[in-house]
Amino acid sequence: MTTLEPQMQNLERTGMPVLEVKNLTKRFGGLVAVNDISFNVLNHEILAVIGPNGAGKSTLFKLIAGAETPTTGTVLLEGQPLTGKPQHVVARLGVVRTFQETTIFKEMTALEHVMIAHHLQSKAGNWGIFAGSPRAKSDEIDFRSSASQILGFLGLGALQSEAARSLPHGHLRALGIAMALAAKPKVLLLDEPFAGMNPDETDRAVQMVRGIRDLGITVVLVEHDMRAVMRLSDRIVAVSFGKKIAEGSPLEIQNDERVIEAYLGKEDDELGV
Amino acid sequence: MKSSSLKIGLALFLVLVIVPLVFRSSSYSMTVLINAAILGFMSLGVWLTFSIGRINISQGAFGLIGGYITAILASRFGVPFWLCILASGVGAALLGALIGLPILRLRGVYFSMLTLSLTEATRLVALTATGVTGGASGILNIPTPFQGENSYLELYLFAAVLLILGTLAVWRITNTRLGRVFRALQQDEALASSFGVNVSAYRVLAFSLCCGFGGVGGSMLTMFVQSIYPTSFTVTDSTNFMLYCFLGGLGSVFGPALGALVLFLGFQLLAPLGAYQTLAYAAIMILAMLVLPNGLLSLRLPKRTHALEKANVS
Repeated sequence: MTTLEPQMQNLERTGMPVLEVKNLTKRFGGLVAVNDISFNVLNHEILAVIGPNGAGKSTLFKLIAGAETPTTGTVLLEGQPLTGKPQHVVARLGVVRTFQETTIFKEMTALEHVMIAHHLQSKAGNWGIFAGSPRAKSDEIDFRSSASQILGFLGLGALQSEAARSLPHGHLRALGIAMALAAKPKVLLLDEPFAGMNPDETDRAVQMVRGIRDLGITVVLVEHDMRAVMRLSDRIVAVSFGKKIAEGSPLEIQNDERVIEAYLGKEDDELGV
Repeated sequence: MKSSSLKIGLALFLVLVIVPLVFRSSSYSMTVLINAAILGFMSLGVWLTFSIGRINISQGAFGLIGGYITAILASRFGVPFWLCILASGVGAALLGALIGLPILRLRGVYFSMLTLSLTEATRLVALTATGVTGGASGILNIPTPFQGENSYLELYLFAAVLLILGTLAVWRITNTRLGRVFRALQQDEALASSFGVNVSAYRVLAFSLCCGFGGVGGSMLTMFVQSIYPTSFTVTDSTNFMLYCFLGGLGSVFGPALGALVLFLGFQLLAPLGAYQTLAYAAIMILAMLVLPNGLLSLRLPKRTHALEKANVS
């Protein structure tokens, strides 16, 4: 089902934005978590959203994925508005998110996780699944082989039948990404994919994200790990206190005064000053 | 685990078939068995809502709704009994879907409290809407096809077959992709919706199925006692359905049937205690929850047969 062949010919960034974030604002009571943020995501690029703790990155992500409704502003996928649609519809349209916490289902194996994540590819209806229709059976076979392929692609092939809760942290992250890939996204939203990883795990994860982009999937990620972000991203959007403070290539961002200031402020906070 | 619970299921159904052959002459025993089978059937629905992570204390309400649908159709319009059962199931399921849509947004104790209130609200509606329900005096002398000397056996077999079919249906749901989606909802609704599961639709599906089970069970019980009152199903009954699932075991689809059988029989066995019957029952329930938090089906085999033997003694 899923073709996991790198689609090099498509890889040139077309200049056409696949995802447009326009004047997105989210207020929680008196708090403005996201304040008038706009940016475009180009086809097949890896775009990182960075910012200190509490800058509103995660809220921004939830707004794009449809988990939260923005107070004002819109998100467009290939020109089609996503705003106001529930998360499962946004997923069907092609924007799929992963989670910061490594959320998994107890007792299920890695393969079962990825199989169930193929939900959107189901050709059989609920009744067909219950009655065991031929479609439901062929779905099951397709999902199994596709899930196995995805796990293999992400380097989890040997762990297919492991119970997910016994997997180490890095592999759980990869499992979360495998589940997102099963939904066949056009745009994959990764929420802190490298958090809590050691340098080795991060290296592998960076390779993995590149590999995903090479499949023709546009990647947007929120991340703290600056080294990984600088190595991986084509472009970076920096946010602080809910506002976009800079946008550009990794080099431009590294030398941006406002970004440096925002991050030094964060260091002070962390020291408890 | 799956094959062992299948064995338990077989044992349970053997009990359901052999016991009536032994007790067919005792109308008291048959009454208890018929009740246990119908209550087990209704608990299956509650078990299904457990599988999407909701503790449902409203099954009594849908028993009442199903009961009234049957009572009205049979006594006022002379509708045949099997159509009454069907109408009760479908009616309760539709109403369940309608009510479920808003209330299933809640989780945990909030959902439970709301469903508990729903049981009480339904009783009050039945009490107040005298034009439709006959108010406190209820609807009596409901015609039933189960008459004559074999009526108890016929009703029992009908209820037992219903219980077996219901259990098989729930077993099927649990072991297909539907069951995996339900379990996904139980674990994490946000994660499920992230890969495209329409969370609210599946929640409503599970709850509506549950209410359908409640409606059919309520219809059966009404047909059995040939009468219905606003107090035919109360909050206590709703709570009991939940307890049957807990005590039987949430890990297996055979939990509700086993729980209903053991608990309902147990309650009857405590009858000699008179005024202390409920007290003793409650004390045993609390003990059972403490000792067996995962239900009777979590017991190892020797002890488990012991539990079934106890059930047989009645």
